[in-house]
Amino acid sequence: MIEIENVHKSFGSLKVLKGIDLTVAKGEVVSVIGGSGSGKSTLLTCINGLEPVDSGRILVEGVEVHARSTDLNKLRRKIGIVFQQFNAFPHLTVLENVTLAPRKVKGMSKREAEEIAVKQLDHVGLGDKKSVYPSRLSGGQQQRMAIARALAMSPGYMLFDEVTSALDPQLVGEVLDTLKLLADDGMTMICVTHEMGFARDVSDRVAFFDQGVMAEIGPPEQIFGDAKNEATRKFLSSVR
Amino acid sequence: MFETSLTLNDLMFMLKGAGVTLMVTFFAVTGGTLMGLAFGVIRAQFKPWVTLPLAFVLDIFRSVPLLIQLILANAFQAIAGYGISPFVTSCIVLALYTAAYCTEIVRGAIAAVPAVTRRAARSLGLTWRQDMTQVVFPMALRVALPSWIGLTLGVMKDSALVLWLGIIELLRASQILVTRLQEPMFILLVAGAIYFVLSFPIARLGAQLEKRWKEND
Amino acid sequence: MGNYTFQWRQALRALPQMLDGALVTMQIAILSMLIGVTIAVFLAVMRNSKSRWLRAPATAWVEVARNTPALFQIYMAHFGLGSFGIYLSPYVALLAGIAFNNAGYLCETFRGSLRAIPSTQLRAGRSLGMGPATAFRLIVMPQMFRIAFLPTMNQMVWAILMTSLGVTVGMSTDLTGVTQDLNARSFRTFEFFALAALIYYLITKVVMLGARLLAWRLFRY
Repeated sequence: MIEIENVHKSFGSLKVLKGIDLTVAKGEVVSVIGGSGSGKSTLLTCINGLEPVDSGRILVEGVEVHARSTDLNKLRRKIGIVFQQFNAFPHLTVLENVTLAPRKVKGMSKREAEEIAVKQLDHVGLGDKKSVYPSRLSGGQQQRMAIARALAMSPGYMLFDEVTSALDPQLVGEVLDTLKLLADDGMTMICVTHEMGFARDVSDRVAFFDQGVMAEIGPPEQIFGDAKNEATRKFLSSVR
Repeated sequence: MFETSLTLNDLMFMLKGAGVTLMVTFFAVTGGTLMGLAFGVIRAQFKPWVTLPLAFVLDIFRSVPLLIQLILANAFQAIAGYGISPFVTSCIVLALYTAAYCTEIVRGAIAAVPAVTRRAARSLGLTWRQDMTQVVFPMALRVALPSWIGLTLGVMKDSALVLWLGIIELLRASQILVTRLQEPMFILLVAGAIYFVLSFPIARLGAQLEKRWKEND
Repeated sequence: MGNYTFQWRQALRALPQMLDGALVTMQIAILSMLIGVTIAVFLAVMRNSKSRWLRAPATAWVEVARNTPALFQIYMAHFGLGSFGIYLSPYVALLAGIAFNNAGYLCETFRGSLRAIPSTQLRAGRSLGMGPATAFRLIVMPQMFRIAFLPTMNQMVWAILMTSLGVTVGMSTDLTGVTQDLNARSFRTFEFFALAALIYYLITKVVMLGARLLAWRLFRY
């Protein structure tokens, strides 16, 4: 379970998050939508401790992320994150990209790590690209590799930060299919996304962010069919 | 108090040496840049294998120590009986040395102008000449200038080597004073300061130009 | 050409001696690079530090190395230190001067290659549970190494060319020094130095070719 309680965060004088409350249950898929600069991506980087928060707290399985006593490196093993830019490690092959963290962070043997990596790569449809360097992959393939890389740490939670925004339109589908597969497997996911179709079809709940505030949250049918908030309706009509 | 027997006259002697350094640099860079421009355009305009001989010859100037080039040129002109002064010989060698580097700067800068831009210029009806002078050179200049400034400063520093042919430039002048006054550290520090004053502001200017132009792109 | 006759045979007879000199040249160049790279890493770390007491000396080193002639730097080591009663042999002075120069230029090469790696790479490593040192070692360093490799090899070529300056402080065992010695005895300046030039040319070509092959072998991505 991820519990977010009254989180505030600002960059200099810019207030990015103004008191966010959100609880994501085990196995739940929550999509976060909203205009750019609404703070949705910042929330993800706060959840895995890449960014500190100003006030409020975030608990992952009861562990407070920003407590001084928390070992962030250990905590991050439980929380996978995939970014908009694929962040492939260019100097490593696809297989090495995926096995690096299991081996160096978890201390797995090479054999063990490769076994897991092969499974994950097959899962995202890159089984035949294991010995290729990322520069030879399309954007969609690189992004799927990044997903496999995060999954190889067997995290309990996955955060997706606009993972299709940097992709050519024809490559978006293959990445979304991978996410769907993951949701069907019961992974707990928070997806910041601009893909309304995906948010509607895959999520259990959809949250709408507006200027650092979570303006509305509810099941997709309600958000897309009968939004209560004026800003939500306005946003949805603009993206359609 | 620090005491030195370096007199104002001695300092003038060093500054005169610095003048020679600047003069050699000026002739070398002027000649080298003109040659470099011509060779660079040729290198950029024709297929690589056509200009291979030119590239090969220029590469020699970058692969053999400058000191050896100076010695060879001086020996050659003596053998041939040209009676060229060491100063002129030095300027010629340094100019060729400069040209070798300048050619690559010019070639690279022209190559950095996108082909589509050039096609656009030609499709507007510009002739090759107009394309070159109105489109390619202004764009290439931005790429080339920071490197060219670096090259000029490099040549100024490398010009110290002409002392081997008996030319009294800044470093040789300092060395003469060192021998006479026996204050090596102090005199060399003065020489180093003069080099630094000549080089550092221009180097900074080049770095700033490069930064500003990058931001504008 | 007047009545001068080239005597190449005499120069060729001295070839073994000159090749011995070339070995010394390579030795100085390689040593100066090893020392230079080591110091450059420290200088780069110092220049990127927050403390101005660390930054200032590193900046001074880099600016002096880049804004004064290499020959001046060698003179400083050979003549200049004499003011403090330190007398370096031509070999040590040459090595020190070139190493000083290498360190200054390589520091900037290393800093530039560090800047060329996007911060998102480090972030990606951290998000996989790596500590900062581990992420730097496994993700940033190997990429830095690739970017810095060819510029470093170029500096190696510069180091080889700079060794020729040793003759001005009395160095007589490197390629230029040996050649100058032979020249002083025979006055066959052109022949001997032409041969030396050819050897320098071949050395630099072999080094660059080796660097290219090594880069091709090392960096498959």
